Amino acid sequence: MTHDEALAMIRAVIEEAVPGADLAAVPPDEPFRERLEMDSLDFLTFVELLGGRTGLALPEQDYGALATLDGCADYVASRTGGPPAAPS
Amino acid sequence: MPSLGADMDEGTLVEWLVTRGAEVARGDVIAVVETAKSTIEVECFESGTVTEFLIEPGTTVAVGTPLAVIAPAGPTPAPGPPVPLPVPAEAVPAEAVPATPLVRHQAAVEGVSLQAVHGTGRGGRIRRADVAEAARSGPARVIASPLARRLAESLGVDLSTVRGTGSRGAVKADDVRAAAGTGGGKPARRGAVGEPAGPRPAATQTPAARPAGDRLAIARLMSRAKREIPHYYLSTTVDLAAALEWMHRRNSTLPVTERLVPAALLLKAVARAAREVPELNGHWREDRFVPAAGVRLGTAVSLRGGGLVAPALADVDRMPLADVMAAMKDLVLRARRGRLRASETADPTLTVTNLGDQGVESVLGVIYPPQVAMVGLGRVTDRPVAVDGMLAVHPTVTATLSADHRASDGATGARFLTALDRLLQHPEDL
Repeated sequence: MTHDEALAMIRAVIEEAVPGADLAAVPPDEPFRERLEMDSLDFLTFVELLGGRTGLALPEQDYGALATLDGCADYVASRTGGPPAAPS
Repeated sequence: MPSLGADMDEGTLVEWLVTRGAEVARGDVIAVVETAKSTIEVECFESGTVTEFLIEPGTTVAVGTPLAVIAPAGPTPAPGPPVPLPVPAEAVPAEAVPATPLVRHQAAVEGVSLQAVHGTGRGGRIRRADVAEAARSGPARVIASPLARRLAESLGVDLSTVRGTGSRGAVKADDVRAAAGTGGGKPARRGAVGEPAGPRPAATQTPAARPAGDRLAIARLMSRAKREIPHYYLSTTVDLAAALEWMHRRNSTLPVTERLVPAALLLKAVARAAREVPELNGHWREDRFVPAAGVRLGTAVSLRGGGLVAPALADVDRMPLADVMAAMKDLVLRARRGRLRASETADPTLTVTNLGDQGVESVLGVIYPPQVAMVGLGRVTDRPVAVDGMLAVHPTVTATLSADHRASDGATGARFLTALDRLLQHPEDL
């Protein structure tokens, strides 16, 4: 999966976890939890859905890497055989 | 119409989930009711056969009004085969307009007032064709729940432009919120105990707009609480190092679906503490405290559209942590989707408000009458703590207790918070 493919999937997963979330207002390099007012259960739902979609185990100690949309996309892309993000 | 909360005096039947003639058992979900605050699934109090619906969807009735007739199952004459529709008009509660339940149902579906329909049947009775005709020719009327109507009014939304997602296209509160942009646009602001509602981002809102129904229900209940209950407040900071270390160790070996969040441990500990200090677990009724038999933990859940519900989790004190976690997830999800069950909204014995995820350090809640206490949990945050004479940085949480001074004294409240602290130091025993 490429970075962009991962990003698109992650956006879809967030929308499923937090219906009505305004993802357009979230810069990809900013923590999205606060922006979207996700509580710990919302975030867990997100991790659960992401794990289901990607087959990744997403251990708790990796949650830190999942704070931003870009971070999530890099994490998923690098673990599903995709190339890392192109420098922009 | 059951009472689905201390502040409810009427409700609107949104839909029946069973048909006439259906066999129902106590506890089955049989109907959906909308209150001023939320949509709730109503469970049956009896087992038997549904023989008659007394209230049609879309009707608002007072608490205590019979909704349907259920013939008890048992040795008494079998109720026979399901009663086919339509039934003779005599079976219908006497009303001015002669029409069968099926026709009434259809009229409700089409949004047609029967009073305005010309009956072409025998004795002026209204037939289905008459309703269909009226629906074609008459001015379109929107079916909407009272909560939806109030919301539409306060948000300046024209109901006829809202796509209803309810039963038979009825407009529900969520549809209005979505149309107003509060559900689909920017993340909706979450209300919380003691926090004033933020202005709704509806462009057409007028300064004179009345508060929405759910806001009003909270306003009434909280005013009553502050008027009648002499609150006293206690607070303590609990070291969560042991609890969270235990939780992270446990989570590291588990798939996401079985992992715990700190709130599950905290809820369980609160429920156990409530069992240890029964003076805070119950209700104030007629000038005396009535202790509750079990712990039904009210869990304040802020809703995405704004507002708040506090459904109850039963017997958390006796559940394994994994079950507490599952029950909590399920409850929050359904509360936010507006699908709570009546048994979950029935009087909790003690309520917890957890504003930790909103970033505040502590919350001193307002007690939900007729309960006599409210536990407040702030954000789990790293703080310097003294451990064995040395300074260390540990995750901590500030737990507070608001309690009713009529029912208990400060010493009782202190016992509760001490118990909570002690329980959280031994997470493996929770």
